[in-house]
Amino acid sequence: MASDNWRVNTLHYWHVKTLHATSQHDKNATYKQKKAMFKKPDILQLIFIFLGGLLLLFIIAPIAGMLISTSPIEVFQTAADKEVQSSIWLTLWTSMAGVIIFGLGAIPLAWIFARKKFFMKRLLLGLINIPVIIPHSAAGIALLGLVSRNTMVGGLAEHAGFNFVNSPAGIIIAMAFVSIPYLLNSAIDGFTSVPEHLEKAALTLGASRARVFFTISLPLAARQIFTGLIMMWGRGLSEFGAVVIIAYHPMITPVMIFERFNSFGLSYAKPVTVLFICICLVIFVAMNIISRKKNARTR
Amino acid sequence: MLELDNIQYKVEDFSLINISLKIETGSYFVLVGASGSGKTMLLEIIAGLCNLSEGKVFIRGKDITKFPIQKRNIGLVYQTRSLFPHMSVFDNIAYPLRSKKISKTEIQKEVLTISEDLGISNLLQRKIQTLSGGEAQRVTLARTLIFKPDILLLDEPLSFLDVQLRKGMMQLLKKINSNGQTILHVTHDYTEALQLGTQMAVIEKGLILQTGTPSEVFMNPRSQFIAEFSGQKNFYKGILEAASGKDIQLRIFKTAGLEIQILTEETESAGNILIPEESISISVAPVDSSLRNTFNGKVKHILNAPLGVEVIVNIGVEIAVIVSSSSLEKLELREGSEVFISFKASAVRFIR
Repeated sequence: MASDNWRVNTLHYWHVKTLHATSQHDKNATYKQKKAMFKKPDILQLIFIFLGGLLLLFIIAPIAGMLISTSPIEVFQTAADKEVQSSIWLTLWTSMAGVIIFGLGAIPLAWIFARKKFFMKRLLLGLINIPVIIPHSAAGIALLGLVSRNTMVGGLAEHAGFNFVNSPAGIIIAMAFVSIPYLLNSAIDGFTSVPEHLEKAALTLGASRARVFFTISLPLAARQIFTGLIMMWGRGLSEFGAVVIIAYHPMITPVMIFERFNSFGLSYAKPVTVLFICICLVIFVAMNIISRKKNARTR
Repeated sequence: MLELDNIQYKVEDFSLINISLKIETGSYFVLVGASGSGKTMLLEIIAGLCNLSEGKVFIRGKDITKFPIQKRNIGLVYQTRSLFPHMSVFDNIAYPLRSKKISKTEIQKEVLTISEDLGISNLLQRKIQTLSGGEAQRVTLARTLIFKPDILLLDEPLSFLDVQLRKGMMQLLKKINSNGQTILHVTHDYTEALQLGTQMAVIEKGLILQTGTPSEVFMNPRSQFIAEFSGQKNFYKGILEAASGKDIQLRIFKTAGLEIQILTEETESAGNILIPEESISISVAPVDSSLRNTFNGKVKHILNAPLGVEVIVNIGVEIAVIVSSSSLEKLELREGSEVFISFKASAVRFIR
């Protein structure tokens, strides 16, 4: 919160400054405004900047420290390690698969929550956030209870020829379980923000309900849904607690980091960690750029 | 063409009661009512956006009450902006055609034709966000007209436009109607009914009070609402009593404790009377004359009117009288003055 305030305030300041500095008229007002800004330092603003700065430092320092203290050579060597490569690949694809498979259910559910009134809706809205608030190891235990071999679901899976425990399927459901609320909440907000009269208008123009959903509701909620998908993916691929209980092997990267730290120590765990952080950062920056561009097009 | 048969609809604390209307093919029907009177709801019922519990909707004699919205072929233009913000003007107008199996070139051609008709062909590549209110309104109309609806429902189409744009839009709506498009237009502004309507109805609190041509409705207002709208002030609800005595045409109308003499051939019943304000005279002492109605009261307000001065006198009910400003000076009238007002029994109009 504090860091947000700091950003908003500074942004506002720069906005005011650049906007007025470039326009020819109104210079006088700009001058006065600037003068007012420097003359009377807003104490509250200073406190916010200080607190916000501390918080930013708290977020950035550990990551930056690790990046600095790890030699690039070690990182490159780790990247060449087949075991690491397959682990990172496993993490990326399982998290993505979780997003796609569970997104197929989450998006329609979000639309129902946003548009329909029904019995116990508020309770259900609360329930979908449970995965966020329970310890993730507990989530893993709960899921294991559902899908282990001696349960009905586990038995059915075995019949179908696969297993949840210690398999990519297990990893996918563990990741999806803890990350689905991010997508749901964001998509519900997205659909709620679509004006209902636009959907009604489309219906009166002869569009079927399905066409209205795909041509009106979904595109207009797309930005928030996309944000939700990214959040879900990010949350999924960083999951450790729930995954480690269902599937220690095959080893996703968060588990591998833990294992290397546990068996060989900090310096051995660092290169994998740095590599994984870098890959995640590149992906999220890229996603953000795509989402901005999309945003600019629909606005 | 469009027929509503005894429609009842209830939501929370509001209900539409016994709505029956007939709208002929090619007519321009204006439904006038204050906000909250149920106008928009009625449009949504016709369009199929609300499920009816009772009553029927017919189009061209066919019962469409149970038809899904997209099968009704009814165009609804909302009061608020309802263009799709993520599509260009062209894609908005083409939207209804894309639900049908029509070739791309055909769509292109139809969009061009309709946008030339409505004078918006220069806007086709624009983004919705860059349109002015008037332009957006025209694009919305084009998008609705392109699928040739049996009836065009307009929800307050002029209320967000400034005076200049209103004129242009009115002309456009008239043109659309004269091309044979049946229109149902709802509004709170009675002048729109006078300027556009070939038929009209008045709705108040979910009830249709009156239907007819605009001149019929405004000449014989059956509601305070319309009487006030058409500038007729002295409109009272009450009971016309049966004839007594030898003059069977001279009757008593009772309202708010007053007995007003009226010359009429109507039978006794509840109803309304209208006393044109220019037919009332005002004096400071009772006058002996042929005027059958004389009441005394106090001047409540004196207001400037387009012609002369309007004096509001409280005689138990408020009654408006028009006098010239020189009479006002001669009688030395001011707020609080004790006065007598008189009018002929034949000046009073009874409206059932």
